[in-house]
Amino acid sequence: MDSQGSSFDHVVRAPEDPILGVTVAYNKDQSPVKLNLGVGAYRTEEGKPLVLNVVRQAEHSLVNDKARVKEYLPIVGLAEFNKLSAKLIFGSDSSAIQDNRVVTVQCLSGTGSLRVGGEFLAKHYHERTIYIPAPTWGNHPKVFTLAGLSVKTYRYYDPSTRGLDFQGLLEDLNSTPSGAIILFHACAHNPTGVDPTLEQWGQIRQLIRSRGLLPFFDSAYQGFASGSLDADAQSVRMFASDGGECVVAQSYAKNMGLYGERVGALSIVCKTADVAGRVESQVKLVIRPMYSNPPIHGASIVAAILKDRDLYNEWTIELKAMADRIISMRYQLFEALQARGTPGDWSHIIKQIGMFTFTGLNTEQVAFMTKEYHIYMTSDGRISMAGLSSRTVPHLADAIHAAVTKAA
Amino acid sequence: MASSMLSLASASASASASASLSLQENLKGKVKLGSVHFTSCLPGKTNSIIKANHFGRISMSVALNASRFEGIAMAPPDPILGVSEAFRADTDEKKLNLGVGAYRTEELHPYVLKVVKKAEQLMLERGENKEYLPIEGLAAFNKATAELLLGADNPVIKESRIATVQGLSGTGSLRLAAALVERYFPGSKVLLSSPTWGNHKNIFNDAGVPWSEYRYYDPKTVGLDFEGMIADIKAAPDGSFILLHGCAHNPTGIDPTPEQWEKIADVIHEKNHIAFFDVAYQGFASGSLDEDASSVRLFAARGMELIVAQSYSKNLGLYAERIGAINVVCSSAEAASRVKSQLKRLARPMYSNPPVHGARVVANVVGDPALFGEWKAEMEMMAGRIKNVRQKLYDSLMAKDKSGKDWSFILKQIGMFSFTGLNKAQSDNMTNKWHVYMTKDGRISLAGLSLAKCEYLADAIMDSYHNVS
Repeated sequence: MDSQGSSFDHVVRAPEDPILGVTVAYNKDQSPVKLNLGVGAYRTEEGKPLVLNVVRQAEHSLVNDKARVKEYLPIVGLAEFNKLSAKLIFGSDSSAIQDNRVVTVQCLSGTGSLRVGGEFLAKHYHERTIYIPAPTWGNHPKVFTLAGLSVKTYRYYDPSTRGLDFQGLLEDLNSTPSGAIILFHACAHNPTGVDPTLEQWGQIRQLIRSRGLLPFFDSAYQGFASGSLDADAQSVRMFASDGGECVVAQSYAKNMGLYGERVGALSIVCKTADVAGRVESQVKLVIRPMYSNPPIHGASIVAAILKDRDLYNEWTIELKAMADRIISMRYQLFEALQARGTPGDWSHIIKQIGMFTFTGLNTEQVAFMTKEYHIYMTSDGRISMAGLSSRTVPHLADAIHAAVTKAA
Repeated sequence: MASSMLSLASASASASASASLSLQENLKGKVKLGSVHFTSCLPGKTNSIIKANHFGRISMSVALNASRFEGIAMAPPDPILGVSEAFRADTDEKKLNLGVGAYRTEELHPYVLKVVKKAEQLMLERGENKEYLPIEGLAAFNKATAELLLGADNPVIKESRIATVQGLSGTGSLRLAAALVERYFPGSKVLLSSPTWGNHKNIFNDAGVPWSEYRYYDPKTVGLDFEGMIADIKAAPDGSFILLHGCAHNPTGIDPTPEQWEKIADVIHEKNHIAFFDVAYQGFASGSLDEDASSVRLFAARGMELIVAQSYSKNLGLYAERIGAINVVCSSAEAASRVKSQLKRLARPMYSNPPVHGARVVANVVGDPALFGEWKAEMEMMAGRIKNVRQKLYDSLMAKDKSGKDWSFILKQIGMFSFTGLNKAQSDNMTNKWHVYMTKDGRISLAGLSLAKCEYLADAIMDSYHNVS
């Protein structure tokens, strides 16, 4: 053995990822009443992970297809998947698609799409600053920083109303350098669950276009937020149909339950087809040195479902069922807190949209709930409603009640 | 970096398309005008919200149809993956794709290994879920891949001195390691063999890691320039990273002998360098998994710290599933644990966690003794087919070529590729005249060659070598 010591002696131990680390801590806990409300992964009423029926069907067909091969996909991924993904987010009647102005490349779920998009912009866009909402998904700043962009924030969440700080948002977007990149959550804002209204989106769009800012949408919950794929895409479609440019990252982790398969797409809506062709060629140069080409399995499943009318319809039904169960959990938790007379206004639980609730609990209260009630959640007070069931709502309500009345 | 350029053409889409073309022409070799910011104005709105003179640049109002990406040039096709694109576009029936290193059967069809099909059936029957893997990937896969690389009874494994993180095949694993080098060894250089796989340079460039080359291929002997290699490794600043191909060097097919590996290890140790292995062909080169890992195991046995990127694209035919691993062999379990935590920290902002499907396939094949045995047999079959094709190609060339040229390097080279020694013009002739698709560095993928096509290929090589300069 080499006596010189390690070349890696100076490499310090990294802390666990704040979001994924919650599951790590949860797994270590031996308590029978432990509850994992950390990462946004859907659970059934029985608390089990769910593989959609349409996914199982599609996968069976694929695996049993004797003609199927495992040859490298093109750098931009599965062509059929890309076309269908673009139609899903922009609408099958999208003029941008018809004009061949949309570049869509398969990437590794939402994270991979954001990273590739960010690196492309850092290399080719003249304004290398991206503005992200405060707060936002914990991984956003890291993704964009490592992509080579500098990251700033704009006001978004108002803790006093537990709603949108719309004036603050408009003021901040008015003060960015012209041409800056602005990150938006297409729907079901993570972690707050607070979305602009359609009317507010309209005003945001006018501001964006008048200042020449570049919108970058993170769409991780299409169909999951309201239960309707079209409704959840309205913000994106508003921008994609006004003739301007935008960037969109799509994820199939939640809405198709394909979490571990890492399926997503990056779309760049360009002014002209000519620009789109050149942009695509440059996006390929970002992907090749990162992982060469994307994984085939998940994308094939998505393509099989999106292109088959029956599977697609079945999917929309399963999707709505998931969204409905989450909405039902919201009402149950709200009512449970009302029943306990828990101090405070908890109506935000039913007003917020999507998988998460931004409870408003502080870090001390969160730590209390973890220690005393074995409730696992991120320290910013975000809970994943997808991890709740009718059976576990009372335990969570007890924990919140105790935290609010006993802890700071 | 692209500037956003003003489109001074009229508002119609077609005019802006042609204007963008002329802007493209103008950009070639000319001084750029510098970045110009512009904002589009909605008619009738006041401009009180538009700030002028930001950073001293002029904000101008223009028609709504200028693209923010106008100044972006069309990138050239990938030198390796672009070959397959060109091949697909060719309609000639004699066409032959010897570009990308993907195994083909004698009938020149893609091949899905039987063990892979069996594993996928098992997985389907079990009905496993699709939850996120941990950032570091599937634990069963990580255990299996480290053991495959070093041997299950290797002290490195027994002592937990290896950090293994599932990566996106070879490329993704290399990229994670490159990111680790950039962050924790800033300014340290990676030395790449000359030549090496075309994408290595791109990976280190994008990761921000400086690189230089060490001599490797000697065109005069069509063999290894061992003296040059050792001299260049010695001349590198202490603590450099030396990228080595574990076996079946790509593109040359020329590997050091065991004695030469010992000397390479000596000089790396002497200079306190870190050996960085790219292992994309374990089992595929010789047909034996253990034999193909002997270079890595030699270094590990000497107690050296190593970085090893693995790929299952070729040896398990899992190309499109993107399954591989990055391993860092450290002098202590504690160091390995810290390194692993930092690799995770680099993976999270890249793709969060790796894809589950390919990892499960590998874990199932390697974890089941029957499937593992079947895999070894299929690998021997694939490696055997390539050796047969090498022999036939050599025989065809020697039969046709009366010039006295020695084509025996085709038999000596190892792995999927042969470095023919053809230059770019000759390689172009192969494609343009003979519809043989290969990379411009003269590399042909024997995995894409059938016994039936050897004669034709020999004719093409003869013509290109002797009649084109």
